[in-house]
Amino acid sequence: MSRDLFPRGRTAIVGAATYGMGEAPGLSSIDLAVSASVRALQQAGLTPGDVDGLFIGLPDDFLSGLTFAEYLGIQPRVTDNNRTGGSAFLTHAMWAALAIEAGQCDVALIAYGSNQRTAAGGLVSALRPSPYESPYKLARPVGGYALATSRYMHQYGLRREQLGEVAIAARRWAQLNPDAFVRDPLTMEDYLKSRMVSDPLSVRDCCLVTDGAAAVVMVSAERAKDLAKRPVYLLGAAAATDHKDITNMPDLTVTAAKQSGARAFAQAGVKPADIDVVEVYDAFTINTILFLEDLGFCAKGEGAAFVEGGRIAPGGALPVNTNGGGLSCVHPGMYGLFTMVEATQQLMGQAGERQVKDAKLAVAHGNGGELSSQATVVLGTEETL
Amino acid sequence: MAGHQQTHDHLTMNDPRPEQEYFAHLAQGRFMLQRSRSTGRFFFYPRVAEPVTGSTDFEWVAASGRGTIHAVTIARPKPPQAPYNVVLVDLEEGVRMMSRVEGVAPEAVKIGMPVQARIATEGDKPIVLFDPVGARA
Repeated sequence: MSRDLFPRGRTAIVGAATYGMGEAPGLSSIDLAVSASVRALQQAGLTPGDVDGLFIGLPDDFLSGLTFAEYLGIQPRVTDNNRTGGSAFLTHAMWAALAIEAGQCDVALIAYGSNQRTAAGGLVSALRPSPYESPYKLARPVGGYALATSRYMHQYGLRREQLGEVAIAARRWAQLNPDAFVRDPLTMEDYLKSRMVSDPLSVRDCCLVTDGAAAVVMVSAERAKDLAKRPVYLLGAAAATDHKDITNMPDLTVTAAKQSGARAFAQAGVKPADIDVVEVYDAFTINTILFLEDLGFCAKGEGAAFVEGGRIAPGGALPVNTNGGGLSCVHPGMYGLFTMVEATQQLMGQAGERQVKDAKLAVAHGNGGELSSQATVVLGTEETL
Repeated sequence: MAGHQQTHDHLTMNDPRPEQEYFAHLAQGRFMLQRSRSTGRFFFYPRVAEPVTGSTDFEWVAASGRGTIHAVTIARPKPPQAPYNVVLVDLEEGVRMMSRVEGVAPEAVKIGMPVQARIATEGDKPIVLFDPVGARA
C-alpha cells in the first residue's frame, strides 16, 4: 500500500440524530431517513438546501441517492449510494471527509432509514442468492454468523455464557437509553434458555428487527466551530473487505476489521488503549468479540474472556455499544450509521444517563454482509486534535 | 475489432459458462472442480477467471470428494419442520464449499470430521451432499 493519507481532524460531525426508533408505522424508509436528516441538520442550524454532498443507502430503493435528493429538492455535487452492506455509512464518512477536504462538497449528509419491521413484518433481504449455496437452505444472515461462531468455539473454546455476557451488557446499556427498543432485564438464565435459531446462536444472540433512521452531518473543521458547540472530529477512517458469502471468508475467526482498524488507528495516531468508548456493529453476539479482537482491544482468542465480568457493560472498564447496540437498541436492517450517531452523542456529552464520563476518543465500527465488509472510524473531541 | 476471430468480442460456443457446466457435470454424475493450468490451483465456486491472477486457462478436474468439516450449524426452522445441518467442508483439493452431512443426527456433525461427497438429486436438480467416513461420532 502506498501512503495511506487521511485528513486527520480536518472535518467534523456537527449534527447526529435518530428518528422512529423501534416502530414507526405509516412511514416509508425515505420518510424516516428524511426525518432523521432534518433533525441532524437543525442541530447545526442547517437546512436540506445547504447539503451538497449526499451519502445514503436505503434497503428497499436501489436508486435511493436520486430518490432522496428529489424528495428534498436538492442537487448535490456528490451523491454516493454504495452497497457494502451495514458498513456503508462508515465508508460514507470516510469518503465525505476526503470530498470535503478536496472541496468537492461543503456540507455532507449521511442518511439511513428503514421501515422493515412495520412494513414488511420482518427481515428484508435484497441479496443475490448463490446457486452453489441456496440449495442447502442456510438461514441468512444468522446461519453465516453461526458457522463463524462454531469455528471460533472450536479453535478458542468460547462458551455460550461468554456470548451471553455480550447480550447482557448490551441490554444493560439499553436500560439506560430511553430510545432503545428492548429494555427488559435480561439474566444469564434467560439467555441460556432462549430458543436456538441456528446453533450455536439463539434468538438472544441475534440483533433486533426494528424500524428506525439515523443521520449525520459533516463539514470542514473550520466551519464546524461555528455550527456546533462540541464538534466531533474525524481522526481516521478506513475500510476493508475480503469476501461476500461466509464460505469464502479467508479465516472464519479473523475479520477484515484487522486491516480497517489498524489503518484508521494509524491515521488517527492513537491506539486502542486510548479509546474511551467503542461502538461496534453487533448484528450477533460473536461480532462484538471478533471486533474487539480485530480492532486490537485484546489479542485473538482472548475476546471471550475479555467481555467477562461485565467489562463492556455499564460501570465496566471499557464501555462498548453504549446505546444498547443492534442487540437491544435498534436494528433496522443496516445498523452501521447508528454506531456513529452514538459515538457522536457520547463525544458531544449528550448521552444522558448512559454518558461515559469525559469521553474524548471513540471508535465506530461497521460490518456488512456476513462479516464481509468492515469500516472503522476514529472520532475525537477538540482536545484530541 | 468486430469479426476478428481471436478477440472474442462475441461469445462463442467454446467460451466457458461455469455455472451451466458445473451443474451439467453434476447432472451426469460427475463432481468437477476448476483448476488453473498455470498455477495448478483449484478454485470453487466455478468462475470465468481464476481469482487474483485473472487467468482464463483452466480445466475441469474430477474432485476426490474427500473432505473435512470446517464449520457447522444446525438450522432450527419452526416445527413441524425438522432441524437440519449446514456445513462448510474443506476439500482435499484446497477449496471450501457449503453442503449438508447426511446419515447422522445434526448434533453428531462435528468440526474435523472426515466426510465423502456424493451427488444426490433434490427437486429436479443435482446437489453435492456429504456422508461421514469411518467411525461414526
